[in-house]
Amino acid sequence: MTDIKAEIDVLPGLDPHAPLLEVNNLHVEFRTQYGVARAVNGANFRLAPGETLAILGESGCGKSVTAQAIMGILDSPPGFVTQGEVKYRGTDLLKLPENQRRKMRANHIAMIFQDALSALNPVFTVGYQLGELFRKHRGMSRADAKKRSIELLDQVKIPAAKARIGDYPHQFSGGMRQRVMIAMALALDPEVLIADEPTTALDVTVQAQIMGLLAELQQQRNMGLILITHDMGVVADVADRISVMYAGKVVEEAGVYDIYSRPAHPYAKALLESIPRLDMKGQQLNVIRGLPPALTAIPQGCAFNPRCAYAQDVCRQDPPPPPYAVAPGRTARCHFWRDVIGE
Amino acid sequence: MTDRNDVVLETKGLVKHFPITQGILFKTKVGAVRAVDGVDMTLRRGETLGVVGESGCGKSTLPKLLVGLEKPTAGSINVRGQDMTKLKGSALRHARRNIQMVLQDPYTSLNPRMTVGDIIGEPFEIHPEVTPRKGRAKAVQDLLDTVGLNPEHVNRYPHQFSGGQRQRIGIARALALKPEIIVCDEPVSALDVSIQAQVINLLEGLQNEFGLSYIFIAHDLSVVRHISDRVSVMYLGRVVETGNDAQIYENPTHPYTQALLSAVPVPDPRLRGQRDQIVLEGDVPSPANPPSGCRFRTRCWKAQSICAEQDPVLSIRERSDHPSACHFAEPRDVVHAV
Repeated sequence: MTDIKAEIDVLPGLDPHAPLLEVNNLHVEFRTQYGVARAVNGANFRLAPGETLAILGESGCGKSVTAQAIMGILDSPPGFVTQGEVKYRGTDLLKLPENQRRKMRANHIAMIFQDALSALNPVFTVGYQLGELFRKHRGMSRADAKKRSIELLDQVKIPAAKARIGDYPHQFSGGMRQRVMIAMALALDPEVLIADEPTTALDVTVQAQIMGLLAELQQQRNMGLILITHDMGVVADVADRISVMYAGKVVEEAGVYDIYSRPAHPYAKALLESIPRLDMKGQQLNVIRGLPPALTAIPQGCAFNPRCAYAQDVCRQDPPPPPYAVAPGRTARCHFWRDVIGE
Repeated sequence: MTDRNDVVLETKGLVKHFPITQGILFKTKVGAVRAVDGVDMTLRRGETLGVVGESGCGKSTLPKLLVGLEKPTAGSINVRGQDMTKLKGSALRHARRNIQMVLQDPYTSLNPRMTVGDIIGEPFEIHPEVTPRKGRAKAVQDLLDTVGLNPEHVNRYPHQFSGGQRQRIGIARALALKPEIIVCDEPVSALDVSIQAQVINLLEGLQNEFGLSYIFIAHDLSVVRHISDRVSVMYLGRVVETGNDAQIYENPTHPYTQALLSAVPVPDPRLRGQRDQIVLEGDVPSPANPPSGCRFRTRCWKAQSICAEQDPVLSIRERSDHPSACHFAEPRDVVHAV
């Protein structure tokens, strides 16, 4: 059962003491007929075992593309990783040949998607799709694979797992389908789980069930979790650290308590002031003027400068602000972070 | 508040059942999806009534009934004393002017082959008495200006605008006939957070300027709290609890409202683990076959035999200062730290 894992573990450069996952200076661009869209422009972060890192941002900020680049499932062409490294235990995944990357997926790094109905194959039963992982990656027999699949469905708390293993994806409710997808991602015991908007399509009461389940499974397995979302409520509930992305860059990275109480980047601050809160009434919603930039025409200097209240001439000139160290383990890409945090 | 003249819209026992049929040539009715099943609500002038609930609760059928896109199976919709369900022909067309709608998805609700000017001006074609033909171009430009768009952009097409701007176009179209009531069906849920605030502020500004009444339907309870004066919580086609902001958010008395509120994450990590969390088991039952008695009893931790036998009516109860459809209604704060 662990044969394949063992094979991966002797990959050159794989160091069990190196950080679990490290993304350095990642650049992704899409070459389209309308020009080059720079979706990710130097993303940096790190993930430790058992840690939850939230990547927070609005549509088009590059958060999903970053996840796809880490998984190696970028549509290519038109998408290309042009620079940077994605290191898993010291090995740069971007340099691995495809057959080895394929073994990395699901075995070490797995992903769950927003829309379970389109992520699952509609013409195969859930049991077949789950069992396929064990048969292909672990060489199990059909009977053993089925047994393991039922155990897994039990673990993600699908009632009457034994009876439901022969059902097709459309026969499950939205929340149950998301559980099936979680089961599939966790089947081969990965060390890193990437969840791309796992609860955006679900109702709040179901969202609470799924987030609770994810937290429980993460703790049991001491997995590193990357949670990609735009929901600042969910992030406040589960994340340890947050990377806020804007126009393909991580503009602020900080611990969850720091960023919510004293944001250091004007974009993070403005986002927090623009959402209504359940536990308060009558606060003024702060509006971020303008629109996020088109990825084919990112403004010179700091990408946020046309919408920023703090912007000065220096913000409109290249080079864009570097990640200033605000505190140990905390960075912000803003020349005026001291002013932002001071208020 | 109790002044009858203030009431602009009132529904009584509003019901919409969608038939489930069998057979090809001779369709026989084998059942019905009870999308809306007896809804009473009142909307006053200048007020915003929030309607919240999860998928399958009927919150998308309700607005269609209110603006007349669907015919109710039973019940009445009174707008300014006229029962909309009984009106026909020109009287109906005239009455409909007064109640307009903003749709959820600004990408599909604007015709891609019409210019913005044509989209916003189309209501004038249907109701020519509102603005004489000569004044229409000016009226359209004024509307664009009102919703914060550049009046010179009348000849552009929807694809040339961003999501937030398109929603502004949808709002301008709803304002064209100077209605008293606007039904907003999830108006901000397709938008990014930084754009949401712009549209919410615009809706609030327009309400103050024109004295509009809103029915604001959404699944996001934080947004609804921000914009609403009163809130109705729906579950499986029924209103289970209704009240003002403090009654619903600070002292909810129906178990479903409590569970719903406790599931909404608050953007403040210091409250993590400090709030009273209720995690519901299972999913919403099918509206084609709702449980007997109280519809929430299959997921309710308070359910007893009376809940299966007697359907609790929406009324003020011993321990609830506002209408709640629960035999065991009792306040419980789930929003703040305990």
